[in-house]
Amino acid sequence: MTTTRRDLLTTALSATAAATVAPGFAGAQEHDHDHQAVPSDPALRTKALESLMVAKGLVDRAALDALIDTYEHKVGPRNGARVVARAWVDGTFKQRLLADGTAAIAELGYGGDTMLVVENTAKVHNLVVCTLCSCYPWSTLGLPPVWYKSTAYRARSVINPRAVLREFGLELGDDVEVRVWDSTADLRYLVLPERPAGTEHMSEAELTALVTRDAMLGVAKVGLPREGTHS
Amino acid sequence: MNGAHDVGGMQDMGPILPEHSEPVFHTEWERRVFALFNAVDVEWPYRRAQIELIPPADYLRMSYYERWLTALPQILIKTGMATPVEIETGKAVGGVATGHHVLTVAEVATWDVPDTSPKLTATAHFHAGQRVRARNLNPVGHTRLPRYVRGKAGTIERDGDVEELQDSDIQGLGPKQQHVYTVRFAARELWGDQASPHDYVYVALWEGYLESA
Repeated sequence: MTTTRRDLLTTALSATAAATVAPGFAGAQEHDHDHQAVPSDPALRTKALESLMVAKGLVDRAALDALIDTYEHKVGPRNGARVVARAWVDGTFKQRLLADGTAAIAELGYGGDTMLVVENTAKVHNLVVCTLCSCYPWSTLGLPPVWYKSTAYRARSVINPRAVLREFGLELGDDVEVRVWDSTADLRYLVLPERPAGTEHMSEAELTALVTRDAMLGVAKVGLPREGTHS
Repeated sequence: MNGAHDVGGMQDMGPILPEHSEPVFHTEWERRVFALFNAVDVEWPYRRAQIELIPPADYLRMSYYERWLTALPQILIKTGMATPVEIETGKAVGGVATGHHVLTVAEVATWDVPDTSPKLTATAHFHAGQRVRARNLNPVGHTRLPRYVRGKAGTIERDGDVEELQDSDIQGLGPKQQHVYTVRFAARELWGDQASPHDYVYVALWEGYLESA
Protein backbone atom coordinates (compact mmCIF):
# COMPACT_ATOMS: atom_id res chain seq x y z
CA MET A 1 0.00 0.00 0.00
CA THR A 2 2.83 2.33 0.87
CA THR A 3 4.47 1.81 -2.48
CA THR A 4 1.19 2.44 -4.26
CA ARG A 5 0.66 5.69 -2.39
CA ARG A 6 4.17 6.85 -3.14
CA ASP A 7 3.77 5.92 -6.80
CA LEU A 8 0.57 7.92 -6.94
CA LEU A 9 2.29 10.83 -5.25
CA THR A 10 5.20 10.74 -7.67
CA THR A 11 2.84 10.59 -10.63
CA ALA A 12 0.82 13.51 -9.30
CA LEU A 13 3.96 15.52 -8.73
CA SER A 14 5.29 14.85 -12.20
CA ALA A 15 1.95 15.89 -13.67
CA THR A 16 1.97 19.10 -11.65
CA ALA A 17 5.51 19.85 -12.72
CA ALA A 18 4.74 19.24 -16.37
CA ALA A 19 1.60 21.32 -16.28
CA THR A 20 2.77 24.33 -14.34
CA VAL A 21 6.48 24.66 -13.85
CA ALA A 22 7.73 24.88 -17.40
CA PRO A 23 5.69 27.98 -18.35
CA GLY A 24 6.55 29.67 -15.06
CA PHE A 25 10.28 29.26 -15.52
CA ALA A 26 10.14 30.15 -19.18
CA GLY A 27 8.66 33.47 -18.11
CA ALA A 28 11.33 34.01 -15.47
CA GLN A 29 14.11 33.36 -17.95
CA GLU A 30 12.67 35.68 -20.57
CA HIS A 31 12.37 38.59 -18.14
CA ASP A 32 15.58 38.38 -16.12
CA HIS A 33 15.25 41.82 -14.56
CA ASP A 34 11.55 41.80 -13.92
CA HIS A 35 10.99 40.92 -10.29
CA GLN A 36 7.34 40.18 -11.03
CA ALA A 37 8.57 37.25 -13.10
CA VAL A 38 9.50 35.38 -9.91
CA PRO A 39 6.78 32.77 -9.54
CA SER A 40 4.25 34.08 -7.05
CA ASP A 41 1.92 31.10 -7.08
CA PRO A 42 2.68 28.91 -4.03
CA ALA A 43 2.77 25.78 -6.17
CA LEU A 44 5.39 27.26 -8.47
CA ARG A 45 7.45 28.71 -5.63
CA THR A 46 7.39 25.36 -3.84
CA LYS A 47 8.45 23.47 -6.94
CA ALA A 48 11.31 25.90 -7.55
CA LEU A 49 12.44 25.66 -3.93
CA GLU A 50 12.35 21.86 -3.93
CA SER A 51 14.34 21.68 -7.17
CA LEU A 52 16.93 24.06 -5.74
CA MET A 53 17.20 22.20 -2.44
CA VAL A 54 17.68 18.90 -4.29
CA ALA A 55 20.27 20.46 -6.58
CA LYS A 56 22.10 21.93 -3.58
CA GLY A 57 22.20 18.49 -1.96
CA LEU A 58 20.16 19.70 1.03
CA VAL A 59 17.33 17.17 0.86
CA ASP A 60 16.75 13.60 -0.27
CA ARG A 61 13.48 13.27 -2.21
CA ALA A 62 12.89 9.77 -0.80
CA ALA A 63 12.99 11.21 2.73
CA LEU A 64 10.55 13.96 1.72
CA ASP A 65 8.16 11.32 0.35
CA ALA A 66 8.58 9.31 3.57
CA LEU A 67 7.73 12.35 5.70
CA ILE A 68 4.57 13.01 3.72
CA ASP A 69 3.53 9.37 3.72
CA THR A 70 4.14 9.05 7.47
CA TYR A 71 2.03 12.03 8.50
CA GLU A 72 -0.62 11.73 5.80
CA HIS A 73 -1.25 8.01 6.12
CA LYS A 74 0.46 6.35 9.08
CA VAL A 75 0.51 8.55 12.17
CA GLY A 76 -2.82 9.98 13.26
CA PRO A 77 -5.42 10.20 16.02
CA ARG A 78 -5.97 6.42 16.06
CA ASN A 79 -2.74 6.27 18.07
CA GLY A 80 -4.17 8.56 20.74
CA ALA A 81 -7.49 6.73 20.68
CA ARG A 82 -5.68 3.48 21.50
CA VAL A 83 -4.02 5.20 24.46
CA VAL A 84 -7.37 6.50 25.74
CA ALA A 85 -9.19 3.17 25.32
CA ARG A 86 -6.39 1.34 27.12
CA ALA A 87 -6.65 3.78 30.03
CA TRP A 88 -10.42 3.23 30.17
CA VAL A 89 -10.11 -0.56 30.45
CA ASP A 90 -6.90 -0.81 32.47
CA GLY A 91 -6.82 1.16 35.73
CA THR A 92 -3.14 0.58 36.38
CA PHE A 93 -2.24 1.77 32.87
CA LYS A 94 -4.33 4.87 33.49
CA GLN A 95 -2.39 5.56 36.69
CA ARG A 96 0.91 5.23 34.83
CA LEU A 97 -0.43 7.38 32.00
CA LEU A 98 -1.38 10.26 34.29
CA ALA A 99 1.86 9.96 36.28
CA ASP A 100 4.24 9.75 33.30
CA GLY A 101 2.47 10.20 29.97
CA THR A 102 5.62 9.80 27.88
CA ALA A 103 6.53 6.42 29.40
CA ALA A 104 2.99 5.00 29.38
CA ILE A 105 2.41 6.02 25.75
CA ALA A 106 5.76 4.44 24.87
CA GLU A 107 4.34 1.13 26.15
CA LEU A 108 2.04 1.22 23.11
CA GLY A 109 4.99 2.00 20.85
CA TYR A 110 4.39 5.71 20.31
CA GLY A 111 7.04 8.29 21.05
CA GLY A 112 8.86 11.36 19.92
CA ASP A 113 6.94 13.81 22.10
CA THR A 114 7.25 14.53 25.82
CA MET A 115 3.67 14.06 26.98
CA LEU A 116 1.44 15.19 29.81
CA VAL A 117 -1.97 13.51 29.87
CA VAL A 118 -4.72 15.48 31.60
CA GLU A 119 -7.96 13.86 32.71
CA ASN A 120 -11.47 15.18 32.16
CA THR A 121 -13.97 14.47 34.93
CA ALA A 122 -17.47 15.66 35.81
CA LYS A 123 -15.87 18.68 37.51
CA VAL A 124 -12.77 19.37 35.37
CA HIS A 125 -12.56 20.00 31.64
CA ASN A 126 -9.23 20.35 29.82
CA LEU A 127 -8.54 22.16 26.55
CA VAL A 128 -5.28 22.13 24.53
CA VAL A 129 -3.91 25.03 22.48
CA CYS A 130 -0.65 26.51 21.22
CA THR A 131 -0.98 30.31 21.24
CA LEU A 132 2.49 31.01 19.81
CA CYS A 133 2.50 28.62 16.85
CA SER A 134 1.03 25.16 16.29
CA CYS A 135 2.63 22.75 18.79
CA TYR A 136 0.67 19.52 18.81
CA PRO A 137 1.32 15.89 19.84
CA TRP A 138 2.15 14.54 16.36
CA SER A 139 2.99 11.02 17.60
CA THR A 140 -0.45 10.47 19.14
CA LEU A 141 -2.71 12.74 17.04
CA GLY A 142 -0.86 13.23 13.74
CA LEU A 143 -0.79 16.70 12.20
CA PRO A 144 -3.14 19.38 13.58
CA PRO A 145 -6.32 20.43 11.75
CA VAL A 146 -6.51 23.87 10.15
CA TRP A 147 -8.74 25.28 12.90
CA TYR A 148 -6.21 24.34 15.62
CA LYS A 149 -3.56 26.37 13.76
CA SER A 150 -5.88 29.33 13.13
CA THR A 151 -5.34 32.65 14.86
CA ALA A 152 -9.02 32.60 15.86
CA TYR A 153 -8.60 29.45 17.99
CA ARG A 154 -5.12 30.34 19.28
CA ALA A 155 -6.23 33.83 20.33
CA ARG A 156 -9.55 33.05 21.97
CA SER A 157 -9.07 29.72 23.72
CA VAL A 158 -7.00 31.27 26.52
CA ILE A 159 -9.19 34.33 27.15
CA ASN A 160 -12.64 32.85 26.57
CA PRO A 161 -12.45 29.06 26.49
CA ARG A 162 -16.13 28.61 27.29
CA ALA A 163 -17.14 30.57 24.19
CA VAL A 164 -14.76 28.45 22.13
CA LEU A 165 -16.28 25.28 23.55
CA ARG A 166 -19.81 26.57 22.86
CA GLU A 167 -18.75 27.17 19.27
CA PHE A 168 -17.86 23.48 19.12
CA GLY A 169 -21.26 22.63 20.63
CA LEU A 170 -20.05 21.94 24.15
CA GLU A 171 -21.82 23.80 26.97
CA LEU A 172 -20.21 23.35 30.38
CA GLY A 173 -21.77 24.07 33.75
CA ASP A 174 -20.54 27.19 35.56
CA ASP A 175 -19.15 25.01 38.34
CA VAL A 176 -16.97 22.97 35.99
CA GLU A 177 -13.30 24.01 36.20
CA VAL A 178 -11.87 24.72 32.77
CA ARG A 179 -8.14 24.16 32.38
CA VAL A 180 -6.49 25.47 29.23
CA TRP A 181 -3.04 24.08 28.43
CA ASP A 182 -0.86 26.35 26.29
CA SER A 183 1.88 24.34 24.53
CA THR A 184 4.77 26.76 24.93
CA ALA A 185 7.67 24.35 25.61
CA ASP A 186 8.54 20.86 24.31
CA LEU A 187 5.86 19.33 26.53
CA ARG A 188 2.77 18.21 24.59
CA TYR A 189 -0.69 17.57 25.99
CA LEU A 190 -3.32 14.89 25.43
CA VAL A 191 -6.74 15.03 27.06
CA LEU A 192 -8.03 11.79 28.57
CA PRO A 193 -11.77 12.19 27.96
CA GLU A 194 -14.46 10.77 30.23
CA ARG A 195 -15.60 7.29 29.28
CA PRO A 196 -19.25 7.62 28.30
CA ALA A 197 -21.89 5.81 30.38
CA GLY A 198 -23.35 2.82 28.61
CA THR A 199 -20.03 1.53 27.25
CA GLU A 200 -19.35 -0.95 30.06
CA HIS A 201 -19.93 -3.91 27.71
CA MET A 202 -17.62 -2.63 24.99
CA SER A 203 -14.23 -4.10 24.14
CA GLU A 204 -11.02 -2.07 24.01
CA ALA A 205 -11.17 -2.12 20.20
CA GLU A 206 -14.77 -0.89 20.20
CA LEU A 207 -13.86 1.87 22.64
CA THR A 208 -10.93 2.89 20.47
CA ALA A 209 -13.34 3.45 17.59
CA LEU A 210 -15.43 5.80 19.76
CA VAL A 211 -12.60 8.16 20.71
CA THR A 212 -12.33 11.25 18.51
CA ARG A 213 -9.43 13.60 17.96
CA ASP A 214 -11.57 16.52 19.08
CA ALA A 215 -12.19 14.78 22.43
CA MET A 216 -8.44 14.32 22.91
CA LEU A 217 -7.95 18.08 22.37
CA GLY A 218 -10.84 18.93 24.69
CA VAL A 219 -13.23 20.57 22.19
CA ALA A 220 -15.68 17.66 22.41
CA LYS A 221 -16.75 14.84 24.66
CA VAL A 222 -16.81 11.21 23.62
CA GLY A 223 -20.34 10.15 22.73
CA LEU A 224 -22.04 6.81 22.27
CA PRO A 225 -22.17 5.37 18.76
CA ARG A 226 -25.14 6.64 16.78
CA GLU A 227 -28.26 4.48 16.55
CA GLY A 228 -28.01 1.83 13.89
CA THR A 229 -24.24 1.99 13.45
CA HIS A 230 -21.94 -0.85 14.42
CA SER A 231 -18.19 -0.83 14.53
CA MET B 1 9.38 39.54 19.84
CA ASN B 2 5.98 41.09 20.37
CA GLY B 3 4.89 39.93 16.92
CA ALA B 4 1.68 38.92 15.24
CA HIS B 5 2.33 35.27 16.12
CA ASP B 6 1.83 35.93 19.86
CA VAL B 7 -1.95 35.97 19.60
CA GLY B 8 -3.04 34.57 22.99
CA GLY B 9 -5.84 36.81 24.31
CA MET B 10 -6.34 38.82 21.12
CA GLN B 11 -9.97 39.46 20.22
CA ASP B 12 -12.03 39.79 17.08
CA MET B 13 -10.00 37.24 15.12
CA GLY B 14 -13.22 35.77 13.72
CA PRO B 15 -15.03 32.47 14.08
CA ILE B 16 -13.28 29.12 14.44
CA LEU B 17 -14.00 27.24 11.25
CA PRO B 18 -13.68 23.44 11.47
CA GLU B 19 -13.78 21.80 8.07
CA HIS B 20 -16.41 19.24 7.22
CA SER B 21 -13.85 16.92 5.71
CA GLU B 22 -10.32 17.40 6.95
CA PRO B 23 -7.64 16.41 4.47
CA VAL B 24 -4.20 16.37 6.11
CA PHE B 25 -2.97 18.45 3.16
CA HIS B 26 -5.15 20.53 0.86
CA THR B 27 -2.83 20.81 -2.12
CA GLU B 28 0.24 19.08 -3.48
CA TRP B 29 2.41 22.11 -2.69
CA GLU B 30 1.36 21.92 0.98
CA ARG B 31 2.68 18.33 1.08
CA ARG B 32 6.01 19.37 -0.40
CA VAL B 33 6.41 22.46 1.80
CA PHE B 34 5.60 20.38 4.87
CA ALA B 35 8.33 17.91 3.94
CA LEU B 36 10.94 20.49 2.90
CA PHE B 37 10.43 22.59 6.01
CA ASN B 38 10.76 19.54 8.27
CA ALA B 39 13.75 18.14 6.38
CA VAL B 40 15.90 21.27 6.36
CA ASP B 41 18.84 20.95 8.77
CA VAL B 42 17.95 23.49 11.47
CA GLU B 43 16.33 23.24 14.91
CA TRP B 44 12.63 23.95 15.42
CA PRO B 45 13.17 27.15 17.43
CA TYR B 46 15.11 28.56 14.47
CA ARG B 47 12.27 27.64 12.10
CA ARG B 48 9.73 29.33 14.40
CA ALA B 49 11.92 32.42 14.73
CA GLN B 50 12.00 32.86 10.94
CA ILE B 51 8.21 32.49 10.71
CA GLU B 52 7.88 35.18 13.38
CA LEU B 53 9.95 37.57 11.25
CA ILE B 54 7.25 37.64 8.58
CA PRO B 55 5.79 41.19 8.73
CA PRO B 56 2.65 41.17 10.94
CA ALA B 57 0.15 42.13 8.22
CA ASP B 58 1.51 39.38 5.96
CA TYR B 59 1.60 36.84 8.80
CA LEU B 60 -2.08 37.37 9.55
CA ARG B 61 -3.10 37.23 5.89
CA MET B 62 -1.13 34.10 4.99
CA SER B 63 -2.30 30.53 5.28
CA TYR B 64 -0.31 28.27 7.59
CA TYR B 65 1.81 26.64 4.89
CA GLU B 66 2.29 29.95 3.07
CA ARG B 67 4.14 31.07 6.19
CA TRP B 68 6.36 27.99 5.99
CA LEU B 69 6.95 28.62 2.30
CA THR B 70 7.87 32.24 3.06
CA ALA B 71 10.21 31.40 5.95
CA LEU B 72 12.04 28.54 4.22
CA PRO B 73 14.03 30.65 1.68
CA GLN B 74 15.08 32.95 4.53
CA ILE B 75 16.35 29.92 6.48
CA LEU B 76 18.38 28.78 3.46
CA ILE B 77 19.90 32.23 2.94
CA LYS B 78 20.68 32.96 6.60
CA THR B 79 22.30 29.58 7.20
CA GLY B 80 24.35 29.82 4.00
CA MET B 81 22.59 26.82 2.46
CA ALA B 82 21.67 28.91 -0.59
CA THR B 83 22.29 32.44 -1.84
CA PRO B 84 19.64 35.07 -2.59
CA VAL B 85 20.50 34.75 -6.28
CA GLU B 86 19.96 31.00 -6.15
CA ILE B 87 16.58 31.52 -4.46
CA GLU B 88 15.59 34.08 -7.07
CA THR B 89 16.71 32.10 -10.10
CA GLY B 90 16.04 28.60 -8.78
CA LYS B 91 19.47 27.56 -10.08
CA ALA B 92 22.22 26.08 -7.89
CA VAL B 93 24.92 28.38 -9.27
CA GLY B 94 27.13 27.85 -6.21
CA GLY B 95 27.11 24.06 -6.50
CA VAL B 96 26.28 21.57 -3.74
CA ALA B 97 26.05 23.01 -0.22
CA THR B 98 28.30 21.19 2.23
CA GLY B 99 28.31 20.82 6.00
CA HIS B 100 24.58 20.26 6.34
CA HIS B 101 22.91 17.03 7.39
CA VAL B 102 20.59 15.46 4.82
CA LEU B 103 17.59 13.78 6.42
CA THR B 104 17.28 10.10 5.43
CA VAL B 105 14.31 7.75 5.09
CA ALA B 106 15.69 5.71 8.00
CA GLU B 107 15.73 8.77 10.23
CA VAL B 108 12.14 9.67 9.37
CA ALA B 109 11.14 6.22 10.64
CA THR B 110 12.55 7.08 14.07
CA TRP B 111 10.51 10.26 14.56
CA ASP B 112 7.55 8.58 16.19
CA VAL B 113 9.18 5.84 18.20
CA PRO B 114 9.97 6.22 21.90
CA ASP B 115 13.10 8.25 22.64
CA THR B 116 15.64 6.42 24.79
CA SER B 117 18.29 9.13 24.99
CA PRO B 118 19.15 10.25 28.53
CA LYS B 119 17.28 13.25 29.90
CA LEU B 120 19.04 16.55 30.52
CA THR B 121 19.66 17.44 34.16
CA ALA B 122 19.95 20.77 35.96
CA THR B 123 19.42 22.15 39.45
CA ALA B 124 15.84 23.25 40.13
CA HIS B 125 15.45 26.61 41.87
CA PHE B 126 11.66 26.44 42.19
CA HIS B 127 9.34 23.62 43.26
CA ALA B 128 5.76 22.49 42.77
CA GLY B 129 3.28 24.50 44.83
CA GLN B 130 5.47 27.63 44.86
CA ARG B 131 4.02 31.02 43.89
CA VAL B 132 5.91 32.59 41.00
CA ARG B 133 5.55 35.54 38.66
CA ALA B 134 6.38 35.56 34.95
CA ARG B 135 8.99 38.22 34.34
CA ASN B 136 8.05 41.22 32.24
CA LEU B 137 10.49 40.51 29.42
CA ASN B 138 10.09 42.00 25.94
CA PRO B 139 12.99 40.62 23.89
CA VAL B 140 13.23 41.64 20.24
CA GLY B 141 14.21 38.09 19.24
CA HIS B 142 12.50 34.73 19.54
CA THR B 143 11.02 33.77 22.91
CA ARG B 144 8.55 31.22 24.24
CA LEU B 145 7.22 33.52 26.95
CA PRO B 146 3.79 34.64 25.73
CA ARG B 147 2.82 38.27 26.27
CA TYR B 148 -0.39 37.47 28.11
CA VAL B 149 1.38 35.95 31.15
CA ARG B 150 4.14 38.56 31.54
CA GLY B 151 3.98 40.20 34.95
CA LYS B 152 1.28 37.75 36.08
CA ALA B 153 1.49 35.51 39.13
CA GLY B 154 0.64 31.84 39.31
CA THR B 155 1.44 28.60 41.10
CA ILE B 156 3.87 25.97 39.91
CA GLU B 157 1.77 22.92 39.15
CA ARG B 158 4.57 20.71 38.00
CA ASP B 159 8.34 20.65 37.78
CA GLY B 160 8.88 19.18 34.33
CA ASP B 161 11.85 18.14 32.22
CA VAL B 162 15.02 20.11 31.77
CA GLU B 163 15.02 21.73 28.33
CA GLU B 164 17.30 24.05 26.44
CA LEU B 165 16.18 27.66 26.27
CA GLN B 166 14.89 28.43 22.80
CA ASP B 167 15.24 32.21 22.98
CA SER B 168 17.49 33.80 20.36
CA ASP B 169 19.05 35.89 23.13
CA ILE B 170 19.52 33.96 26.38
CA GLN B 171 21.48 36.68 28.19
CA GLY B 172 19.94 37.33 31.58
CA LEU B 173 17.87 34.15 31.49
CA GLY B 174 20.34 31.87 33.27
CA PRO B 175 22.01 28.68 31.99
CA LYS B 176 21.11 27.29 28.56
CA GLN B 177 19.66 24.10 30.08
CA GLN B 178 17.11 24.66 32.83
CA HIS B 179 13.92 23.33 34.36
CA VAL B 180 10.63 23.98 32.62
CA TYR B 181 7.73 24.38 35.05
CA THR B 182 4.05 24.18 34.25
CA VAL B 183 2.55 27.25 35.92
CA ARG B 184 -1.15 27.46 36.75
CA PHE B 185 -2.56 30.97 36.25
CA ALA B 186 -6.07 31.88 37.41
CA ALA B 187 -8.03 33.22 34.44
CA ARG B 188 -8.97 36.24 36.58
CA GLU B 189 -5.30 37.01 37.19
CA LEU B 190 -4.78 37.10 33.42
CA TRP B 191 -8.03 38.69 32.24
CA GLY B 192 -9.70 40.32 35.22
CA ASP B 193 -13.19 39.88 36.61
CA GLN B 194 -14.77 39.16 33.23
CA ALA B 195 -13.16 35.71 33.37
CA SER B 196 -14.77 32.77 35.12
CA PRO B 197 -13.50 32.21 38.67
CA HIS B 198 -13.33 28.51 37.77
CA ASP B 199 -11.00 28.82 34.80
CA TYR B 200 -7.22 28.38 34.73
CA VAL B 201 -4.53 28.58 32.07
CA TYR B 202 -1.44 26.38 32.34
CA VAL B 203 1.74 27.55 30.64
CA ALA B 204 5.07 25.71 30.47
CA LEU B 205 7.75 28.24 31.37
CA TRP B 206 11.53 28.03 31.57
CA GLU B 207 13.03 28.86 34.96
CA GLY B 208 14.64 32.02 33.59
CA TYR B 209 11.21 33.40 32.72
CA LEU B 210 10.14 33.23 36.37
CA GLU B 211 10.77 35.00 39.67
CA SER B 212 9.44 34.31 43.15
CA ALA B 213 6.10 35.94 43.90
